[in-house]
Amino acid sequence: MAMIEMKNLSKWYGSFQVLKDCSTRVDRGEVVVVCGPSGSGKSTLIKCVNALERFQQGEVIIDGISVGAPGTDLPRLRARVGMVFQHFELFPHLSIMENLTLGQIRVLGRGADEARDKGVKLLERVGLREQAEKFPGQLSGGQQQRVAIARALAMDPMCMLFDEPTSALDPEMINEVLDVMVELAQEGMTMMCVSHEMGFARKVANRVIFMDRGEIVEDALKEDFFGKPRSERAQQFLSKILHH
Amino acid sequence: MNFRWEWEVFLRDTGGGETYLHWMFSAWGWTLSVAACAWIIAILFGAVIGTLRTVPSLLLARLANAWVELFRNIPLLVQIFIWYHVIPSLYKPLQEVPSFILVVFALGFFTSARVAEQVRAGIQSLPDGQRYAGLAMGLTLPQTYRFVLLPMAFRIIVPPLTSESMNIIKNSSVAFAVSISELTLFALQAQEETSRGIEVYLAVTGLYMLTAFAVNRLMAFVEQRVRVPGTLGAAR
Ligand SMILES: Nc1ncnc2c1ncn2[C@@H]1O[C@H](COP(=O)(O)OP(=O)(O)O)[C@@H](O)[C@H]1O
Ligand SMILES: [Mg+2]
Repeated sequence: MAMIEMKNLSKWYGSFQVLKDCSTRVDRGEVVVVCGPSGSGKSTLIKCVNALERFQQGEVIIDGISVGAPGTDLPRLRARVGMVFQHFELFPHLSIMENLTLGQIRVLGRGADEARDKGVKLLERVGLREQAEKFPGQLSGGQQQRVAIARALAMDPMCMLFDEPTSALDPEMINEVLDVMVELAQEGMTMMCVSHEMGFARKVANRVIFMDRGEIVEDALKEDFFGKPRSERAQQFLSKILHH
Repeated sequence: MNFRWEWEVFLRDTGGGETYLHWMFSAWGWTLSVAACAWIIAILFGAVIGTLRTVPSLLLARLANAWVELFRNIPLLVQIFIWYHVIPSLYKPLQEVPSFILVVFALGFFTSARVAEQVRAGIQSLPDGQRYAGLAMGLTLPQTYRFVLLPMAFRIIVPPLTSESMNIIKNSSVAFAVSISELTLFALQAQEETSRGIEVYLAVTGLYMLTAFAVNRLMAFVEQRVRVPGTLGAAR
């Protein structure tokens, strides 16, 4: 059953078309990696999933609910979809623990104690129990991104979106974040990840989507994608990122 | 010519059963009251109007822009007279309102336009990702402002708000134009009555400077207190 379904999605910025008739789906428990050159529309596509970006044509359906429909309670829907950003986007004026409890308390209506307990568990899980009372600016990039993942998980999401979660990190910190993501995938979390980490894709992805100039050029099972991508553009792209 | 200081002038009776010193301090009290009340209005309205200038609704943003343009582009003294003379003659019930209140609103709204400008700039200086992150966790747009954007925006704009706070003390002197017995009006009247303009103006200048200094220190304290750990210049 589809967790995320996109049907003929098109979006324009003025007269510039960022997304061209994009259709795909992510089934429950599936991990789908989205890759493609910079500027191809990956971030825009993933932001359309939880309506952080509006789109003019097509439809996005999450767990049976149409994201773009006028009556949709977007905050409630978004609360069930975790999102992790390239630049972490932790709230700098809140402690790590407060970053983890804000949504639980204000959106889910949990009590402070319950939210804290959940926060402690998740920090433990990403190996940052000791940092609970620090502030984001006092953590390394890798640590911040792990906190960001814990913050998203604190809301008990039904699926997770990642937008290049490791591309702003120093190389030595990439693995600590990927390890958390791999673990999450292996536990059966539904994930849509914009990422160029092909090692990660090989390890846990079910499918790989390749985008170019606003189009989904390739949407293939991992084995097919790495075995022999059908389109020339995908072949070129792969040879570029795999050979350095 | 031989100048002789005559500070005893402050111990003279004003003719109303109090000394000039007494009068001066009560005038200082009016200055502080006008400034403090106007400051509260300026911060409240400035926060709201500045926020509205950054929301996705075109209508709200336009209204907020109009507010800023209106109150920023008319000279303060003219605004005071409009509040005091023009509006009450158009709307009679306002004639009953004490001039203190009118001045507080005039000065408050004038300053709110400037504060709104700072708040807008503060919000817009934050990365777009902060707004996305707030919304993505399910906060509503107002909640995203309340818990994510405004707390950081206000921290960023403490320095310009310090100078607005000092300006509001200085600008409160226009209240003399509608006969509020604040420091500037005291200075004008006392020097006339006593012919000791030098002592009177020096004392009043001293009080204005003392006030500005105190505001400056207070804001520096606030800046220190709200500083985010792990950012540039933070204590830890
Ligand atoms: N707010 C915007 N206004 C206009 N153009 C935009 C805006 N955001 C992104 N774009 C353009 O849309 C295209 C796709 O951007 P993006 O989705 O960020 O690509 P990617 O994440 O694949 O690098 C780019 O050409 C970018 O310049
Ligand atoms: Mg991107």
